[in-house]
Amino acid sequence: MSTTLKKEHKSARPERGGQATLVEAIRQGIWEEMERDPSVFVIGEDVGAYGGAFKVTDGLIDQFGKERVIDTPISEGAIVGAACGAALMGMRPVAEFQFIDFISAGFDLLTNYAAKCRYRWGAGVAAVFRGPCGSGVRSGPFHSLNAESFFLNTAGLKIVEPSTAYDAKGLIKAAIRDPDPVLYFEHKKLYRLPRLREELPPDDYIVEIGKARVARAGRDLTILTFGAMVLTALDAAEELEREGLDVEVVDLRTLAPLDKPTILASVKKTNKAIVLHEASRTGGIGGEIAAMLAEEAFEWLDAPVVRVASIDTPVPYSPPLEDYYLPQTKDVIDAARKLAAY
Amino acid sequence: MSTEVVMPQMGESIAEGTITKWLKKVGERVERDEPLFEISTDKVDAEIPSPAAGTLTEVRFKEGETVEVNTVVAVLDGDGASPSVKSAAEEPAKVETPPPPAPAPPPAPVEAKPAPPPPTPAPPPPAKQADASVEELRRTKSSPLVRKIAQEHGVDISQLEGTGMSGRVTKNDILSYIESGSGPASTQAPPRQPEAPASTRPAAPAQQPQPAPVEVPAPPPPKPQMGDRVEQMTVMRKKIAEHMVLSRRTSAHVTTVYEIDMTRVAKLREQHRDSFYERTGTKLTFMPFIFEAVNKALRKFPIFNAQVSGEQIIYKQDINLGMAVALDWGLIVPVIKRADDLSISGLARAANDLADRARTKQLKPDEVTGGTFTITNPGIFGGLFGTPIINQPQLAILGVGKIEKRPKVMTSPDGDDFLAIRWMAYFALSFDHRVIDGADAERFLAFIKEELEAGDFSV
Repeated sequence: MSTTLKKEHKSARPERGGQATLVEAIRQGIWEEMERDPSVFVIGEDVGAYGGAFKVTDGLIDQFGKERVIDTPISEGAIVGAACGAALMGMRPVAEFQFIDFISAGFDLLTNYAAKCRYRWGAGVAAVFRGPCGSGVRSGPFHSLNAESFFLNTAGLKIVEPSTAYDAKGLIKAAIRDPDPVLYFEHKKLYRLPRLREELPPDDYIVEIGKARVARAGRDLTILTFGAMVLTALDAAEELEREGLDVEVVDLRTLAPLDKPTILASVKKTNKAIVLHEASRTGGIGGEIAAMLAEEAFEWLDAPVVRVASIDTPVPYSPPLEDYYLPQTKDVIDAARKLAAY
Repeated sequence: MSTEVVMPQMGESIAEGTITKWLKKVGERVERDEPLFEISTDKVDAEIPSPAAGTLTEVRFKEGETVEVNTVVAVLDGDGASPSVKSAAEEPAKVETPPPPAPAPPPAPVEAKPAPPPPTPAPPPPAKQADASVEELRRTKSSPLVRKIAQEHGVDISQLEGTGMSGRVTKNDILSYIESGSGPASTQAPPRQPEAPASTRPAAPAQQPQPAPVEVPAPPPPKPQMGDRVEQMTVMRKKIAEHMVLSRRTSAHVTTVYEIDMTRVAKLREQHRDSFYERTGTKLTFMPFIFEAVNKALRKFPIFNAQVSGEQIIYKQDINLGMAVALDWGLIVPVIKRADDLSISGLARAANDLADRARTKQLKPDEVTGGTFTITNPGIFGGLFGTPIINQPQLAILGVGKIEKRPKVMTSPDGDDFLAIRWMAYFALSFDHRVIDGADAERFLAFIKEELEAGDFSV
């Protein structure tokens, strides 16, 4: 542990609220929670002096010191294990994966240990596991993953993914305060997207885990989605509005546990549903939601539930191929038109 | 080498076509570009030329079947190959492709598995019911929601005209049917949408895509009596029916009628009749003069060359004049694109050419779409005037009545009234009162009257 990155200048404490991008909103949230609760600490690769690969933890080390902002070796297994241990000892770790692709290196401890602790010993692992996910930024097959499906089938894990700055801050704070392990996925394309910059309230708020959000009300069909695809869905809805199609967009926000009441209310209203997600189609969350709708809203369906998702390949590096791989606004529009005509 | 013949894409928005006639039989030879079959789509009837020369070895769909575009409908063997005789007519049980929709859907839903047929060619199916096509199932089973609403209200969905895919009865179809009160003694209020959040929707009627009240309740379908003849509607007939009802539901139709003195135009026409024919090879009728007057009026009053999109009005840049052409088997509205770029002779040529090709099924799909205003001419049959239905999404339609000599009271320059024999016609303009007020319609038609009566045209 002798190599220490020398930090050139100290980063200022972020404001409470004010104009913020998604990445600034997460940083505000972590910062405020560390101020509020001394048991909260950050652990991960380059999260300290470097401030994190995407600067989510920038400046934390200046304010809270390296006791509470811990740089680790390149070992996701070690990060997850240390976080689990600390959580069991009463701490509230916020563990970062530099890219969510590398979460697989901590898979065993997450699924076999963190997820099961409460059920096996009655001791919840109050830890947040967060990191940048998602494609569409030309990062190739090893830095573009959407990992939610790996963990959906693991009972005991909560999974959230915000699509607005407000939700990003509210959800990170809720995740840190949660008594159980929460996977917090951040779509890297949204981090600094100017479109998402918004005015955050100065007060201490959380966004409750397990609650979806109707991002756009409509009556003809529902698009159920989350993360960066919320923007794709909203763009498609705007264009479809010109054709007279009134599309509702539901931002799931929490993927486990799913907010069934909100999903069902929307689909029972519009009677037609598209599930849109960025991860590959087969085995994706779309299948789970479609099955749930078939089980619980069958009599309200006026058309088959349609999935729009990426194709079943790793994320390509080539830009044209990546565009082809990913659901585009046009794909959503096509699917919606087809569904409307059904 | 064999060539697969597919159902062509006959226009951007067209998803399927009906094979109306095979012009070649299995085993017959066909040249490249020789007409192979006739199809009928939403927009147009057309002969489809063969993509290659060869022998027709396989016909996968019978006449009357509707298939999606790009579906293989026939197979050709390259020159010289001998046909292995296979045809849909002789192999009714073939299930590799979706089976055909039956000519008439059975009134009672048949028990059938929704699963697609197995990929391997199955032995002949034991019962006819088991292989209801996806299209049939959509029509008879619709969707879980529609079945539930139908059950709650005692509606037989097979008796409803559906507007969905394959003629499926959609949620909106059944709700408007019930709300129109034509359902059999509906004992309940309009179906509630259980658990719908109240905030986003006021009440059940808001489910209508158009807020306009439903004014065309479907009467209970009549049952044929002994000796009656029952005929399946053609694709064109169904589309016309749908479109007409849709239009009446969409637009607030109002019709205003002007009597226009066509004497000067008649004289112009008489004067140029022979030279015009010699020069252009086409007959000079009244229509090009009317088209030109309409073009000018549309430029002056752009709301008549516009469309409604939600809460917006789209003023079209081009003037594309639709002209209704009566056919023995229906009606089609070919479109003269950018009509205001054309002279009288250009308009005459375009109109005659489109009408001729409409009657011989030679129109291309693009020639029947994109109209911005329509003119219909019931006068050729003798009609004085009618109240035409607007061709959606346009906002107005002009009907030209019979142009004939009538007695007309006129006033001489020195104020004396006298009775004259003049070429007169009634012009009926139906317009959409949602966005066009009565005064605008009067000004529009008065302008056309002025133009035609002035007769200031260069032939």
